[in-house]
Amino acid sequence: MDNLETFRKDTRAWLEANCPPEMRRPVQGEEDACWGGRHPVFQSDAQRLWLERMAAKGWTVPEWPREYGGGGLSRDEAKILHQEMRALNCRTPLTSFGISMLGPALFKYGSEEQKREHLPKIVRGEIRWCQGYSEPGAGSDLASLQARAEDKGDQFLINGSKIWTTYANKADWIFCLVRTDPNAPKHEGISFLLFDMESPGISTKPIVLISGFSPFCETFFDDVLVPKANLVGKLNKGWDVAKYLLTHERDMIGGMGSTGDNRSLGQIAGETLGTDHGMLADTVLRGQIAAYEIDALSFRLTMERVGDMAKVGQAHPAVSSLLKYYGTELNKRRMELVMSAGGLDALEWEGERSHEGRTARAWLRSKGNSIEGGTSEIQLNIIAKRILGLPGA
Amino acid sequence: MALVLNDEQTMLRDNARGFLGKNAPIAHLRALRDKRDADGFSRALWKDFVEMGWAGILVPQEYGGLGLGHVEAGVVMEELGRTLTPSPFLSTAILAATAIARAGTDQQKKNYLAQIVAGDLIATLAVDETAKHHPEKTAMTATRAGNSFKLGGAKTFVIDGHVANLLIAVARTAGKPGDTNGLTLFLVDASAKGIRAERTPTVDTHNAARLTFEDVNVSADNVLGKIDAGWDVLEGVLNAGRAAVAAEMVGAGEEAFSRTVAYLRERKQFGRPIGEFQALQHRAAHLYCELEVTRSAVLKALQTLDDSFERAGAIVSVAKARAGLSATLAVNEAVQMHGGIGMTDEFDIGLFMKRVRVGQELFGDANFHADRLARLNRY
Repeated sequence: MDNLETFRKDTRAWLEANCPPEMRRPVQGEEDACWGGRHPVFQSDAQRLWLERMAAKGWTVPEWPREYGGGGLSRDEAKILHQEMRALNCRTPLTSFGISMLGPALFKYGSEEQKREHLPKIVRGEIRWCQGYSEPGAGSDLASLQARAEDKGDQFLINGSKIWTTYANKADWIFCLVRTDPNAPKHEGISFLLFDMESPGISTKPIVLISGFSPFCETFFDDVLVPKANLVGKLNKGWDVAKYLLTHERDMIGGMGSTGDNRSLGQIAGETLGTDHGMLADTVLRGQIAAYEIDALSFRLTMERVGDMAKVGQAHPAVSSLLKYYGTELNKRRMELVMSAGGLDALEWEGERSHEGRTARAWLRSKGNSIEGGTSEIQLNIIAKRILGLPGA
Repeated sequence: MALVLNDEQTMLRDNARGFLGKNAPIAHLRALRDKRDADGFSRALWKDFVEMGWAGILVPQEYGGLGLGHVEAGVVMEELGRTLTPSPFLSTAILAATAIARAGTDQQKKNYLAQIVAGDLIATLAVDETAKHHPEKTAMTATRAGNSFKLGGAKTFVIDGHVANLLIAVARTAGKPGDTNGLTLFLVDASAKGIRAERTPTVDTHNAARLTFEDVNVSADNVLGKIDAGWDVLEGVLNAGRAAVAAEMVGAGEEAFSRTVAYLRERKQFGRPIGEFQALQHRAAHLYCELEVTRSAVLKALQTLDDSFERAGAIVSVAKARAGLSATLAVNEAVQMHGGIGMTDEFDIGLFMKRVRVGQELFGDANFHADRLARLNRY
């Protein structure tokens, strides 16, 4: 305990000295976050400095081992670091699909060469990754994907297309599911490949969403050559890697839901609706907000409990489906309440006063949470079959 | 503190589950109901509870108890929820023991806690007066008369009220209904002159009574805590009771759920197990999530009572509200998914629904606790 208390004291002192004041305000939407990459775009010098300082300590990924560039912290130490960062409102220094998705999969399935090549760059934010999973005909039925990789000796030749590849137009590398055996049953002929987005034959096209933004792209592969050394795991066994990666993606999406607005829903509503004897003037909305807060706090405690259960080996492997399902449904509910609380003000789409319609756009964006990374219905299927053991398909 | 049971707590849970499954399964509740047992619980079974130390689970060791915490008491409550076993555990071992151990004088503790631990005393809290839980609206009066008080008024839904030997009665020594100031707690001998107890059998076959107090004389020595300032003590005791009932509802809800899942696997319609139908799979999976999320809140509430008793109000309200809603969903889905058989008295599922309905209402329903949380968060 003493060691942890010392660690807490030192960590707080370091954060106070090293986290620039501009990085102690909430991130205002996905565009304001720091994504790193080969051609990084920093919103400010402070953002660059904060990434460099945290990356130097490996604290962009505090629990990864030091030999791969991580912080080498124990789970308890990492928890303290996050607590202290929250206490000072420190931003996450780096938002990265490399950290939340690819990294865990590489640790489990990657070769030693692949780990040494890719993990330290993820930690330092040098390479921005995107995901090539879904295809126009293969959404929830992901395993029916068609993008094919043909054996050309030392290389694969890739042809096909992907959809919903988040920020493919800004990414440096892609982790991608391709069909390597068209004659095998659909789950068994898939392989997991990594390749450079600057390889000849790759093109991307952004997809504009109902929020007016285009974080997603269509991605096209036209005779793209990829070295065989970039195969992760075994040939035709990519489905295992994909499923493992998806559980981490689900944890991440389930845990999302910050709009960058730190005020409680009750506060937001109080400003627009006014109060009557200290209570929100709209008593029905007040009740809905309180009911939401009850569920939201219980869900946060569930994320904590699942972490604690994992530590003692009690967590069910499919529990990420619970977190993904519940967290995203809760987030959609929150955004509906934010819109109700904001009233007409929340409807503004442009202009400085509304930060270019931040609230309305966040509300619209939240609708995708229960679709991306496996729909809510897919998560319920997984829970029904894998956790509850219900029969069928 | 990690949000998982430690080894000792897990062992307690396993022991309790084994003991109750063997000695007090649902058939035990049915037997008490069908013979219209006058006590509404088995004194022989309560003696077993006493011997296992459960009566004194929250009583400090210096007064002969086990000196365990609310997490442990909640573990037992959850198991009682699985078997729907009626017993004075909630009234005596949780409500009364918490009140006396936290607010009693040394003399009161020595006297009453020792009797609770020994199983010589069934004690309870008499607080509610109206159909809905509103402790601040207490109207029962306690008027000073020399070195004692005269109690007058009525209480409703007093748990184990017709079998209790000791009542912890909440009465108004000052102020008017609605004020939180001016309330005082009294330790009242249930056989005192002027008390009338009427058993009020409820839907769930557990004990409750209506009590009337007419010029009941209580010595000033039997004031529990401070005169006019009983609110804080009462809130603490109620929080302990609310978290305990929430734990019981987790047990009842999960038991109903696991019976339902088993039924979905075996029951065939249209030539297939009904658990193959996605309409039912999704509802079952959603319910599983609701129950798991509730379990987190209830465990946190119990831990908070042990860590910082005075600051547990908000999380206890979160836990009680969620437990009520998710257990209600669990029993409603259980009856629906069992179909016609779920409506029969012969089948156990309906008994869970009845107990959960009572647990919902006890010490504040989900709306009461949502309102309380909103007030605590100032909106």
